[in-house]
Amino acid sequence: MAVVAEEYTPPEEEKRHIHYLINDYSIKSWILTQDHKRIAIMYLATITVFFLLGGLFAMLFRMELMTPNAELFQPDVYNKLFTLHGVLMIFFFLVPSIPATLGNFLLPIMVGAKDLAFPKINLASYWIFVLAGFLALAALGGGGVDTGWTFYTPLSTDFANTQVFFAAMAAFVAGFASILTGLNFIATVHKMRAPGLTWFRLPLFVWANYATGIIMMLGTPVIAITIFLVAFERATGIGIFDPAMGGDPVLFQHMFWFYSHPAVYIMILPGFGVISDVIACFSKNRIFGYEFIAFSSMAIAILGFFVWGHHMFVAGQSFYTGLVFSFITFFVAVPSAIKIFNWTATLYGGNVSFETPMLYAIGFIGLFCVGGLTGLFLSSMGLDVPLHDTYFVVAHFHYVMVGGMVMAFMCGVHFWWPKMTGRMYPELLGKFSAVMIFAGFNLTFFPQFILGWLGMPRRYHVYPEEWQVLNVMSSAGASLLGFSFLLAIVYLIGSLFWGKKAPQNPWGAKGLEWEVCLSPPDPHNFHEVPIVTEEAYAYTGKEKMDV
Amino acid sequence: MDFFIPEQASTFAPRVDLIFYFLTVLTTVITAGIFIALIVIAIKFRRIEGKERISKPLHSLTLELTWTIIPTIVCMGIFAWATWLFAEYLNEPEGGLEIDVVGKQWMWKIQHPNGVREVNSLHVPIGRPIKLTMASQDVLHDFYIPAFRVKQDVIPGRFTRLWFEPTKTGTFHLFCAEYCGTEHSKMIGTVTVMTEADYAEWLIGGPKKSPIEAGEALFTQRGCVSCHNGNSDARCPDLAGVFGETVLLKGGAEAIRDEEYLRESIMEPGKRVVDGYNPLMPSFQNQLTDEDVLNLVAYIKSLEKE
Repeated sequence: MAVVAEEYTPPEEEKRHIHYLINDYSIKSWILTQDHKRIAIMYLATITVFFLLGGLFAMLFRMELMTPNAELFQPDVYNKLFTLHGVLMIFFFLVPSIPATLGNFLLPIMVGAKDLAFPKINLASYWIFVLAGFLALAALGGGGVDTGWTFYTPLSTDFANTQVFFAAMAAFVAGFASILTGLNFIATVHKMRAPGLTWFRLPLFVWANYATGIIMMLGTPVIAITIFLVAFERATGIGIFDPAMGGDPVLFQHMFWFYSHPAVYIMILPGFGVISDVIACFSKNRIFGYEFIAFSSMAIAILGFFVWGHHMFVAGQSFYTGLVFSFITFFVAVPSAIKIFNWTATLYGGNVSFETPMLYAIGFIGLFCVGGLTGLFLSSMGLDVPLHDTYFVVAHFHYVMVGGMVMAFMCGVHFWWPKMTGRMYPELLGKFSAVMIFAGFNLTFFPQFILGWLGMPRRYHVYPEEWQVLNVMSSAGASLLGFSFLLAIVYLIGSLFWGKKAPQNPWGAKGLEWEVCLSPPDPHNFHEVPIVTEEAYAYTGKEKMDV
Repeated sequence: MDFFIPEQASTFAPRVDLIFYFLTVLTTVITAGIFIALIVIAIKFRRIEGKERISKPLHSLTLELTWTIIPTIVCMGIFAWATWLFAEYLNEPEGGLEIDVVGKQWMWKIQHPNGVREVNSLHVPIGRPIKLTMASQDVLHDFYIPAFRVKQDVIPGRFTRLWFEPTKTGTFHLFCAEYCGTEHSKMIGTVTVMTEADYAEWLIGGPKKSPIEAGEALFTQRGCVSCHNGNSDARCPDLAGVFGETVLLKGGAEAIRDEEYLRESIMEPGKRVVDGYNPLMPSFQNQLTDEDVLNLVAYIKSLEKE
């Protein structure tokens, strides 16, 4: 007897959701992908590697700094450690961080598009970044570089005999990845918003990345030229920056900081965007003063181009030059202050919950207050005289870069983890890690404010023994901080295999990525063009959380 | 020295410290204020499952403008104060001591106006403006004395200036504060602030020398030896063995070369010139202390005829 087997159609709820991670398993579909989400994931993996490498170097020199004398490393090795820590962390972790990972992943979805404006350029940006990474590794393998990440001349052009060329080329190439990302973002936000999605209905994360894109495009070419000139001088002996050959060392500083100051806004603005979205979600409330926050991002992007000389008050620039830079620097502090007040007010009248992303966001606000306000110490010309090039500066920028930016990055990664991976991270470990990072961070960097005020200069391999206690505290904090980051990376990776499957909207959040896209999203994000009819963060307070 | 309060050893220090501690208080108050507000609001409006509040859009242009305008005014105030202070750093007062500084990888070379040199140390008198002219032989360096709150980049191809007035005797750290290569952390030294008298003594070789040794050092350092060198064609008398002798003066009178005569010859050399010589010797009035003159006299007394 013949049995005719009917075609088996599984019931709806068992149909496997073919999302962007599994729609094609081939290697080629990853390395030649034009899917912004896959590119974001590849960027995430790559910058994590550089973060760990840069962090390792920091652990090594913090170990050396536990004693006043040189016990572990020769001075040249120590100098290479802090230089490479700076180069890797800034160019290969912080600058790309949120834009290339969360920005790439979310921007198209948040504007209701299938992808960025130029998917092939997005792919090119990633591989250019990887090329830059190989150049950095070449610099490392060739012995490292010891000029400081700031490459001041004539030390870097005519006195250093380490891998200045490769390190400079690495930063040069990485800059192009940055420019292409910025270009893509700007075009996407202008041209690809869904019907009904006016500028003032955009999530503030989009505003933040848009403002960042402007800085990336306008500022990065200047550092490219500067780095090129350093390599040119080294190769040809034509004096641009070395006075012995007719050049001007202060010119280098002007050109370098013309990019490198706006660069710090490239690093922090996307973080502000994350915090806005997360605070709104975990207060279940509209952002207080949405327009002010949107405009403050633009103000910071523009004003940030006019303050570079505050790195040079004692570098030989004139009093009146310094005066102008100091004045504008005080102005650029105000938009950041506005954001802090507005975020605090957003919680008022809401329904606040304390999941991991919210803990990171609250930590961010406290640490950014300290980091930002200590910037006022340094922009005060008279006070910068004793503080310049001391550990006070190191503490200040780590409070904004790590206490601010890295916390915002962790905040965003945890918040959107369910969306990007379809898995929940373990919530208890998440909270524990967040608190440990906060504690470890403060123990590492708060003593450095004191050390700087007492007079300990930066980039010192040995120091007077009366400063040992503070240095030991800082190194102990660094160990705690490092361990906590490692823990987070471990459980995040672990969640990919063992994490609870994430629902579409575990946080009860508003926004196209939560309300329309699945977790993880389909390859083309949407099945039909979404139409937006409400403002951003239109929380009612009654949203259901599914954690 | 307190654990986290640096000592004040120059006229700049109290003024700088005032801004620093003011900003510290401001930072603490604002950070604590925000953090506490955040925690209090978060707890007061915490989410209770089943009893969620309806979210009402909150607008307040007043609040927005207030916390835009007030921070701007505060910032402008701090800017004005700090810029005024910076102008003081550039405003060199009259007088004082001019000292030259050359930085090179990896040491500080210092030269006092009378030619005394030191390496990685700077001796200065208290209570007078000390003005440094600085140059670099190679890369960027930075001359930094934390206790005085002074710092200035030292730039190859240019001179830069730095001044301070010490208010406390003692020894203080000197650091290079612009990364300059391998031994940047060892390009350090000490600044020693002394009383005027101690400084003067130090300048001529220090208190340990006997009067004769001190006199001998002065005799060279002050240039006496350039004329009184014992050559037959010298413009001035050879001083070997002169003490106690009677000498014929210009104008016919006689003088015994005793201590008083020697002292006068140094301070008012035109008064009693030895016959056969011209009154060429410059006066050392105001350039030598009484102690210096005593030492010189002791030295001259010790010179024997060859």
